[in-house]
Amino acid sequence: MLKIGPYEFSSRLLLGTGKYPNFDVQKEAVDVSETEVLTFSVRRMNIFEPNQPNFLEKLEVENYTLLPNTAGAKTAEEAVRTAKLAKASGLCDMVKVEVIGDQKTLLPDPIETLKASEELLKEGFIVLPYTSDDVLLAKRLEEIGCHAIMPGASPIGSGQGIVNPLNLEFIIENANVPVIVDAGIGSPSDAATAMELGADGVLLNTAVSGAKDPVKMAKAMKLAIEGGRLGYKAGRIPKKRYATASSPTEGMSIG
Amino acid sequence: MRFFINGDQVEVPASVQTVGSLLEHFDIDNKVVIVEHNGNILSKDTQTEQKLEDGDRLELVHFVGGG
Repeated sequence: MLKIGPYEFSSRLLLGTGKYPNFDVQKEAVDVSETEVLTFSVRRMNIFEPNQPNFLEKLEVENYTLLPNTAGAKTAEEAVRTAKLAKASGLCDMVKVEVIGDQKTLLPDPIETLKASEELLKEGFIVLPYTSDDVLLAKRLEEIGCHAIMPGASPIGSGQGIVNPLNLEFIIENANVPVIVDAGIGSPSDAATAMELGADGVLLNTAVSGAKDPVKMAKAMKLAIEGGRLGYKAGRIPKKRYATASSPTEGMSIG
Repeated sequence: MRFFINGDQVEVPASVQTVGSLLEHFDIDNKVVIVEHNGNILSKDTQTEQKLEDGDRLELVHFVGGG
């Protein structure tokens, strides 16, 4: 079970809801992914077009734990406000703290992320900060009381996979709260690798929504995450430079 | 009545006196809408009762897809 604050999940896949070809494909992808946590964003409503479809209406929201993000925030103050707006809906008390410091790389601003997380913890939120793969920052975020740490594998939406597995391993080894690898996952093997490194979960969006067949990819990610987790629990063999025969060398009838 | 909604100046009939009637006016009263009134975020349970005055600043936000 993945335990985050007061919540327990059997699925270790947290799924974003952005950029699907349409809401039907999204719903099917969400269904087959078997995710229990959905991420989404807070934005101004277009009051002059009230009948525009909204992704919430297609999904049975009550079946999911909702994880709003603070995407769009560039400062701690903006992130805190966005989180409070989301919580005022009465639908959620978890938040993915996302404070972007650079528009080209979309890398998180570490200082504002820490400040926003601190403030939101005081306000009683279940706080999951999206952070870089900085080992000490992850530790600091845990120390102030964050309920999970979400280091990026590589820049958001880049699909580059895990560019610094060593740092992720250090973060995972050091952590006493769940580590969710968030951002940059491109393929099922990336997700499996994250889990094999010992991550407690994976949060992804574009890897599924941007795939040629998002529904198939959602299934693939689910299986990869389960496989990676099982592999981690099973304990892989050490790597050796040279071969070791798998078949017995005694009792051969040749030679 | 004239409000500033999501940064734009918007005219509504004088009968719109509360957040509840504003949401009805725009036909969004049955949707998930979060309201910030003059900088104060309103709780979902009590937001409809909030009285409005000419010139009030409102933010009406909702949830959209994101990761």
